[in-house]
Amino acid sequence: MEILNLARQAILMPAGIQDGDIEKIMGRLLSSPVDAADIYFQSSHYESWVMEAGIIKEGSHSIEQGAGVRAVCGEKTGFAYSDRIELQVLLEAANNVKAIVRQGQDADPLHCKVSTKSADWTKYYPFLNPLKSLEDQQKIDLLRRVDSETRKLDSRIEEVIVSLIGVHEHILVARQDGSLVADVRPLVRMNVTVIVEQKGQREQGSMGGGGRSDYSYFIDKDTALGYGREAVRQALVNLEAVDAPAGNMTVVLGSGWPGILLHEAIGHGLEGDFNRKGTSAFSGRVGERVASDLCTVVDDGTLPGRRGSLSIDDEGTPTELTVLIEKGILKGYMQDNLNARLMGVNPTGNGRRESYAHLPMPRMTNTYMLPGQHDPEEIIKSVKKGLYAKNFGGGQVDITSGKFVFSASEAYLIENGKITRAVKGATLIGNGPDVLTKVSMVGTDLALDSGVGTCGKEGQSVPVGVGQPTLKIDGLTVGGTSV
Amino acid sequence: MQNQEHINQLKNTVQGILDEAVKQGSSAAEAGLSQENGLSVSVRLGDVETIEHHCDQGLGVTVYFGKRKGSASTTDLSVASIKETVSAACSIARYTSEDEFSGLPEPELLATEFPDLDLNHPWDVGVDGAIALAIECEDAARSYHEEISNSEGASVDTHQGIRVMGNSLGFLQGYASTRHSLSCSVLAQRGDSMQRDYWYTVVRDALKLDPAVEVGNKAAERALRRLQGRSLSTRQCPVLYCAETASGLLSSFIGAISGGNLYRKSSFLLDALDTQVFPEFVRIHEQPYLKGALGSGAYDGEGVATKTRDIVSDGILRSYVLSSYSARKLGLHSTGNAGGVHNLTIDPGKLDFQGMLKELNTGLLITELMGQGVNILTGDYSRGAAGFWVENGEIQYPVEEITIAGNLKDMLKNIVTVGNDVDYRGNIRTGSILVDRMSIAGE
Repeated sequence: MEILNLARQAILMPAGIQDGDIEKIMGRLLSSPVDAADIYFQSSHYESWVMEAGIIKEGSHSIEQGAGVRAVCGEKTGFAYSDRIELQVLLEAANNVKAIVRQGQDADPLHCKVSTKSADWTKYYPFLNPLKSLEDQQKIDLLRRVDSETRKLDSRIEEVIVSLIGVHEHILVARQDGSLVADVRPLVRMNVTVIVEQKGQREQGSMGGGGRSDYSYFIDKDTALGYGREAVRQALVNLEAVDAPAGNMTVVLGSGWPGILLHEAIGHGLEGDFNRKGTSAFSGRVGERVASDLCTVVDDGTLPGRRGSLSIDDEGTPTELTVLIEKGILKGYMQDNLNARLMGVNPTGNGRRESYAHLPMPRMTNTYMLPGQHDPEEIIKSVKKGLYAKNFGGGQVDITSGKFVFSASEAYLIENGKITRAVKGATLIGNGPDVLTKVSMVGTDLALDSGVGTCGKEGQSVPVGVGQPTLKIDGLTVGGTSV
Repeated sequence: MQNQEHINQLKNTVQGILDEAVKQGSSAAEAGLSQENGLSVSVRLGDVETIEHHCDQGLGVTVYFGKRKGSASTTDLSVASIKETVSAACSIARYTSEDEFSGLPEPELLATEFPDLDLNHPWDVGVDGAIALAIECEDAARSYHEEISNSEGASVDTHQGIRVMGNSLGFLQGYASTRHSLSCSVLAQRGDSMQRDYWYTVVRDALKLDPAVEVGNKAAERALRRLQGRSLSTRQCPVLYCAETASGLLSSFIGAISGGNLYRKSSFLLDALDTQVFPEFVRIHEQPYLKGALGSGAYDGEGVATKTRDIVSDGILRSYVLSSYSARKLGLHSTGNAGGVHNLTIDPGKLDFQGMLKELNTGLLITELMGQGVNILTGDYSRGAAGFWVENGEIQYPVEEITIAGNLKDMLKNIVTVGNDVDYRGNIRTGSILVDRMSIAGE
């Protein structure tokens, strides 16, 4: 109840929208025989601060608010949105949207009665306002401290860029049964990029993190200074890197962010929309072996305070821990309401949208592999010749062919069971449906990423998390230049 | 004219924002306002899938208190919200530092001539018309061949927008523009091999859209030709970037000569001005005043006049790509590129695509690239790729699950020739590009 009132105060009250207005808009939507309808209200406040060249160079503040109106009939969706949260505008949107239902006449006008008795769901983050969690001067002081402490770490540092981002978002979903569901979503992110120079050679390193919290996240336990230290370490490693090898070889992936492997190779291919349409390389394969029996992969929106976590998804469904692969066997897909209904399964709380101006679709939350039995050092020792990839940039997948890439930003050669030379960044490429069948060792050291992931799908970006223990893959193509 | 009235209205709003900024104590200000309406219709397997009505608006304002700067934006254009947004920007400027390089552009660089660039062609296609066109396109793709097994659908998008920008130096301009597209994506299957590909057409004037059947056929043909691709053994060989992928090479080059990367000294082309970056035959230029083109504009994101100019001639880098801020940091003048380049064009050579294949002779034709894999600081380049193995100028078989790698500095120098098979669908206009030698990693 408390959360619903917060969302009402933030979105509906300033716009003068009453429950009766929502009933009118929903009534308009339901005057055609639709299967589902919803109105998504959103108000987001965003700020960013950037320190560069030793000065506070930029600051910005933005407000994004509006409402999206949707009606679904079978596989058809009608959608309209507006930045203006006004009754007349939303009624007109509802008229446009319900035109998706063409056959038959208007149904008897259904009465929608707004009900505010809230279903039970668990909060996975507090209702904080990150933007107000520090005074502006304190935010500046934090940036300055990270900048100056980082610059002290090494004489080869040429430039330090520190950025701080905070989002305070309220959402409220009105569903066709009259229920109103709301969420307050804080999100913070900090990043430190360092450029170093040695004998004319320049390299960079970057580290960041955050989560669904406020700015105290960066101050507690000195997290922010840790980003600086890590960025410097990576940049210095890159100064020593030699050309990366090219070809198919044994690859050991580090724990944490390298879990982007799972996001690209497995995750997207297991989103409900692609599988309902039969366009994924994993379509129709539930119950089949898609990984070695060492692999259990889950998508979990319920991890407290994580960047990819949500208490409820953008359709108002509570998130959950969804087992995707259990001991190598494909168990199920990630679903939103539309695709779950069409496939005859339950929604999994994966219906997400970038904003009110976008349609929801099945998206990942935090995707990770459960830990295994092997000591990470033992995994390295088992490799005669191969690559140890410790950190990554982004990735991409073609869900139909199953081919995926992810780019190592910090990697080393493994020679005779030992990590030897650092090598330059390189893209790794593989085939999603069989890469996990080549996993021969899984470490005990499950770690989640530091809170930096943003996933893009059909032009929509949402924050996500990934994680994994150290993994050994017997054969992956490494795209270096050293042939 | 209705548009002109609308533009004038928005100009008044922008002037009001600038006045408000001055009222709140700022010494200079810049504001931009945009409104856009659109319709997107997608069909799949012969029936409507989604109908989306778009309606977007946004305001951005930057204020200066001397050399200190603050920015704010909002989607709410009510009087109260505008006032709050200006005040948010002013409040931020209290905390940012003095930056001697910040500020509005030099007044003499601001655009003063505003020719009609033929960018606005509203298309009253209607929901039914859009559905019919999308279905025609998808039908063509699905009936192209029996191995076309599934579809991600076809869609029609049409957008009309108005953008107005002004600053406290007295610059206040606006224009209306449109953008329409038709796209199609289908799957082909043969045995266990399943592949998907797409094609699209995008224009300012809907009369110039490629025919729906042609777009559908092309999507189908592209999906089919990828079936039963295989990897290659690890090797070095020449690489032909098809026109669609070649634009990525040029965009990496532009990234490396962009002010932001230069003043941060994070470009592999640092201090490369007036040096040989490409082979002698290469000319790369900007054409901001092309009528009806996707990248045309008489002024940049700060109101600075854009210029028809050479960036590279005789293979030598003649100019950087700069905004006012990055120019001042480098001790230069803005090149009218706040927000990017305008119809960047590499002069095409004499060979068509078939001729380029002959020129490649034996090597790899790249038709798709995956992942980021480009380090602008070092020039290190490593990306996932798919395409075709070519021998004696003839395509042999599709290739997938490989990477191509090299260093951009060498790759740009090792361009052998540029085709005349130019892709006009974007802001970068290039034909296919043949690069002498790259590392291929595969099975």
